[in-house]
Amino acid sequence: MRRLRVDWPACKAHGLCAEVLPERVHLDDWGYPVVTGDVPEDLLRLAKAAVSACPVNALRLNPLKEKS
Amino acid sequence: MSVLARTEELLSRPWTLSYQEHLDAHGTLPALAPHEVIALAEGAGLRGRGGAGFPLARKLRTAAQGRGRPLVIANGTEGEPAIRKDSTLLMHVPHLVLDGLALAARAVGARESLIAVHSGLVAEAVTQAVAQRPDRVQVHVVPPGYLSGEASALTRSVLGGPALPFVRDVPLAVRGPQGRPVLVQNVETLASLALQARFPGRPPTVLLTVRGRDVQVLEVKIGVTIGAVLDTAGETDVQAVLAGGYAGTWLSAPRALDVPVSHAAGTLAAGLLLVLPHDACGVSAVAQLARYLAGQSAGQCGPCANGLPALAAAWELLAAGDPPAGTVDRIERLAGLIDGRGACGLPDGAAVMARSALEAFADDIVVHRTGPCGRRSAELPR
Ligand code: SF4
Ligand code: SF4
Repeated sequence: MRRLRVDWPACKAHGLCAEVLPERVHLDDWGYPVVTGDVPEDLLRLAKAAVSACPVNALRLNPLKEKS
Repeated sequence: MSVLARTEELLSRPWTLSYQEHLDAHGTLPALAPHEVIALAEGAGLRGRGGAGFPLARKLRTAAQGRGRPLVIANGTEGEPAIRKDSTLLMHVPHLVLDGLALAARAVGARESLIAVHSGLVAEAVTQAVAQRPDRVQVHVVPPGYLSGEASALTRSVLGGPALPFVRDVPLAVRGPQGRPVLVQNVETLASLALQARFPGRPPTVLLTVRGRDVQVLEVKIGVTIGAVLDTAGETDVQAVLAGGYAGTWLSAPRALDVPVSHAAGTLAAGLLLVLPHDACGVSAVAQLARYLAGQSAGQCGPCANGLPALAAAWELLAAGDPPAGTVDRIERLAGLIDGRGACGLPDGAAVMARSALEAFADDIVVHRTGPCGRRSAELPR
């Protein structure tokens, strides 16, 4: 399982991530991504595609880790 | 019966402004090993007093175990206009804070420590205090504003960048912008640590800014009720209370009076207890707060830049009375849209404030459906 994170200051609401990975990302009223859940193994390839589709590198795919 | 909530551990009398006065009043700081400092923080259950309430011992341990020499920053900024407790502490007992900073630096093996403040009287007091001490501490003055004291914004400012929050993949205490760990700790937390080093086992106290008819900084034991604090402060005209900070939780009286001031109850945060008197309109107070928070947004994250002004506008419609149909639903939806979707906690806090206000002022909101309630507009410090 991996976690999608948006670099909010970088994100410019291009919305490509939601087109590539509608299973986990939709867009809010203003066109910014809403992440709807973590990414399981079978969605990993699509999630990676969504990350590279973002023109401003604002989407990240991180390992799940505890906060400290 | 009045329950005296006041204690005097942190805000000792007389004020100890010079280093010598401080040593006379508090004694020398015991030489502790790093693990002993962490054990003290753990034993006393100290938590961050800047707002987030994160356990100090865990953060110290994380920074101590990180790669590279940590940078330690005492956060003495106080960007929120209603809060006075940190500046009061720094103006009264600056050396207690600086002792705590020295302990934290020791705990994590840091060679560099800094204290960050906003410009003005506090910066002057801190600069004078630092100059009297044997240890080396830098004073860093950050630009004014609500956000410049946010941990990641502060770190960036200290490292020469703009005072704007950034998204972290891992906590600053694990890895900061330069790779090495950065420990940012509120000044009150550090002062508590310095007291623990001298009087291990004494129950830690916390500072509150109580704002009603007067503005007072009170020191209390964690867990006292809001009612006991307001009683001690002499605030008797209580319609509702905003607890924690501007991005805090609204509670309506009389229920609010029985709620404890604690991390667990979510009422401690940055230590504000703002009293709304009976003759003031709560909905107008919320609208002002929502507008204030929208104005503090750095505008760099889309959901925050769009959602906070939209939230403020919705509350303003409600405050004016006879709002368009669906305004309350819209507030709920907007709170959901901003929560957790920014580089810093501002939108999350605005969501907490808005949601708690819907509950605390539910009856007033019903009145506002047909028109203004007729009470005077609240006046909040901005
Ligand atoms: S593609 Fe990138 S910039 Fe566009 S909405 Fe997604 S994260 Fe934001
Ligand atoms: S969440 Fe809002 S206040 Fe925080 S950094 Fe982003 S735009 Fe600025």
